[in-house]
Amino acid sequence: MIRPDTPSPGRRSNLSLFFEGAKDTFPLVVGAIPFGIIFGSLADTAGLSFGATMGMSIFVFAGASQFVAMSLMASGTAWPMIILTTFVVNLRHMLYGATMVPFYKALNPVWKMVLAFGLTDETFAVAVNRYNQNDDIRGKQYYNLGSMIFMYLNWNLCTFMGLTAGKAFPEISRWGLDFAMPATFIGIVIPYLVTKPMWASVVTAGTVSILAGGLPHKLGLMVAALAGVAVGVVCEKVFPGKKEAA
Amino acid sequence: MNLFGVNIPFHEIYMVSGMALVTFAIRYLMFPVSGRFKFPELFEQGLRYVPPVVLTAIIVPSVLMPNGSPLNLSFTNPYLIGALAACAMGGVFRNLLLTIVMSMAVFLGAQWVFAMG
Repeated sequence: MIRPDTPSPGRRSNLSLFFEGAKDTFPLVVGAIPFGIIFGSLADTAGLSFGATMGMSIFVFAGASQFVAMSLMASGTAWPMIILTTFVVNLRHMLYGATMVPFYKALNPVWKMVLAFGLTDETFAVAVNRYNQNDDIRGKQYYNLGSMIFMYLNWNLCTFMGLTAGKAFPEISRWGLDFAMPATFIGIVIPYLVTKPMWASVVTAGTVSILAGGLPHKLGLMVAALAGVAVGVVCEKVFPGKKEAA
Repeated sequence: MNLFGVNIPFHEIYMVSGMALVTFAIRYLMFPVSGRFKFPELFEQGLRYVPPVVLTAIIVPSVLMPNGSPLNLSFTNPYLIGALAACAMGGVFRNLLLTIVMSMAVFLGAQWVFAMG
């Protein structure tokens, strides 16, 4: 996924950047397939209507929070509480937005809104790598868009498949296909582990995520992320010399 | 309520609309806000750690606590076996698709073996 040796032909057509973004997102799309199908197939048991299930994938487009909402729904939680929980579960995306600010600076508001809507874990991870590559290529927003559209179409198609075909396999959620998500994320994280501060921040985040796992509404995730970032920044001061590039 | 031929109960419409608004607001908020000030350097430095750190905070509990709260560090935890396989393959091959597919295979194999035993 990270290719520092990417040739830099200077100008690239927007369309080729779009397809490059889609192509680089392919592994993550594969990882999201079981996740989307399970989501769709769980709707019936959770008591969520067909329209609302599709509506979530079409308008919310945030896998983790959709799963949380569905399980809350199944346990009879009132809708305002589900919205509040969605807020907390997706709060990490504010950090993604902050990271993208310099890269989206020159874009018009419509571009910003479209790309912000598609700022999932996966597309963020792929796009931020491309933006950070030091080449002079302009129009990387098309790369970002290609990644986002591929994820979006796949997510909605898989939700639909889960809703329709998934009914034939009611036990699908017990096959353990949910492991696809940690498998995908591990594959994304590993290339980052090249400096001591990065190792320190990731180990901290992992440890705190367990220690703070008991916090309500998945707040432990936010606490762990902030602790990891803080440790990384402090370690950069302690181990100067090599600057983190990515 | 009937929307374009699809029946959706009202409370679900409120729920999905609210979730959509909240999620979009979170993802978009930083863009209009950021035009008014510049992030301090320390903050920008910290943002570089965001992708791996957030993902790790999602990975670790889902692997070590697959069924909710009790910590499962035993080697009969297929999520743990699969995750170790993913780390090894990611480190050796540096290929994302290979890492995902192979570690899924290891995970499903481990789960099948432990279900038998």
